Amino acid sequence: MTDVAIIGVGLHPFGRWGAKSAIDMGADAIRTALADASMQWSDVQFAFGGSFEVDNPDAVTSRVGLTGIPFMDVYNGCATAATALQLAADGIRSGQYDVGVAVGMDKHQPGAFTSDPVDYAAPPWYGEIGHFLTTKFFAMKINRYMYDHGISHETLARVAAKGYRNGALNPNAFRRKPVSEEEVLASRMLNYPLTHYMFCAPDEGAAAVVLCNADIAHRYTSTPIYLRATALRTRRYGAFEVHASWAAVDQDSAPTVYASQAAYEQAGIGPTDVDVIQLQDTDAGAEIIHMAENGFCADGDQEKLIAEGATEIGGPMPVNTDGGLIANGEPIGASGLRQIHELVHQLRGTAGERQVPGEPKVGYAQLYGAPGTAGVSIVTT
Amino acid sequence: MTDGSTQQVPFAPDVFTWPADEPELIGGRCTACAAVTFPQQASCARCGSVDVEAHPLPRRGTLWTFTTQGFLPKEPYAGGETQETFQPYGVGLVQLGDEVRVEGRLTVADPEVLQIGMLMELTVVPFRTDPDGTEVMTFAFAPVDGEED
Repeated sequence: MTDVAIIGVGLHPFGRWGAKSAIDMGADAIRTALADASMQWSDVQFAFGGSFEVDNPDAVTSRVGLTGIPFMDVYNGCATAATALQLAADGIRSGQYDVGVAVGMDKHQPGAFTSDPVDYAAPPWYGEIGHFLTTKFFAMKINRYMYDHGISHETLARVAAKGYRNGALNPNAFRRKPVSEEEVLASRMLNYPLTHYMFCAPDEGAAAVVLCNADIAHRYTSTPIYLRATALRTRRYGAFEVHASWAAVDQDSAPTVYASQAAYEQAGIGPTDVDVIQLQDTDAGAEIIHMAENGFCADGDQEKLIAEGATEIGGPMPVNTDGGLIANGEPIGASGLRQIHELVHQLRGTAGERQVPGEPKVGYAQLYGAPGTAGVSIVTT
Repeated sequence: MTDGSTQQVPFAPDVFTWPADEPELIGGRCTACAAVTFPQQASCARCGSVDVEAHPLPRRGTLWTFTTQGFLPKEPYAGGETQETFQPYGVGLVQLGDEVRVEGRLTVADPEVLQIGMLMELTVVPFRTDPDGTEVMTFAFAPVDGEED
């Protein structure tokens, strides 16, 4: 099978951008990624575009060039960007194409996401009676996890404070002001045990990645980053998942666990080989749980690891070095490509003030979202 | 009921038995693999069989996890509150016997009172009052003393 290289990354900063459309942000991200790859849009043979709010992300072609290429639109919940990336990679792995783009863009209203619960296979009354909230699910999951594995409220606050601290070092982040652990704990309780500052916010932004057949990567860049694994998994019977009015007593692992195992197998590496980690931190609790679900530690070890600073930029397992979702917010279609953007810069050594020391060689990115879908990508130098 | 003229209606039919002194949630049980869901759905979540029958669920169980809903949900929430009148409510996952864990509103919203593992019992409570005075009822779980069913 053909290997895939990432030769360009581009990002439209995440935040709130007034009247600027998601399409225009997507075009900016594509132009930046193409410039990074020393390439023109006319060189691109195919593309996948992901969005929640935009029905047809391929409308971005009217901003970057109507070249007639196949441009396929995808939506897969919070795993949308991992899906666009995997499909674009598959197009190259299969030998059908040599050069492609994965792009994601979104422009959300402030506040928690909502929709029609029936479209998530939940009962029609599920929203009416006040259960149709992702924030409530994440709170219930971490509350049980804290009970089972001895995680403290202070650890939740440490994770959030790290997110804001890293965001302050990232010129593309939405939240660039440090927030102390005390402020995190004292902020309004939205869904116990999660306070206002422990949650990410839906916002606006775009990100794009240029991929090619690894055999020709050096035509475009001296620092290709190789996409070693892309794995998507949906929930199994027995997993405790978002937007469900019930859960089975016979428990199974979360979809992230299966996506993670599949990705490690594809890449031929294990969690101890990973130098930089990007995890879905919809909230501070999710980052803690996802550390274990992705194999970086045993359940409960987060309490000590986080207190020791293990997940800081200078620690042995840096997590969400660009501030993650907590500091960047979540434009759904773009979020996972923002993770890849950060990993590529870390592996190239161009991450500026937030550069992980010691020349990191392996990056890992995980997404998780409704209605129980996970995506994992692994990149290496 | 506050007086004899107040009409109480469930928020949806076929979710719980009502009116009833001891209301029960109506789940679904797969006749092929015995998996239980709440509410009843048209086919089985485990094996995909379309042979699913209505199955009353135990009225008591233990609190598996919980949270509080501290902000007014967006539509389609229909509790009738405003930003000014909204009061946080509890939500939990209650394990009913060894059959299924059901998500429901809790009658208590104080995390100091709620404890994982505590015994809970099904109840039916007013959810909102419509302009004509009709009380729309929902199921909820309340902490109780005693033992499981």
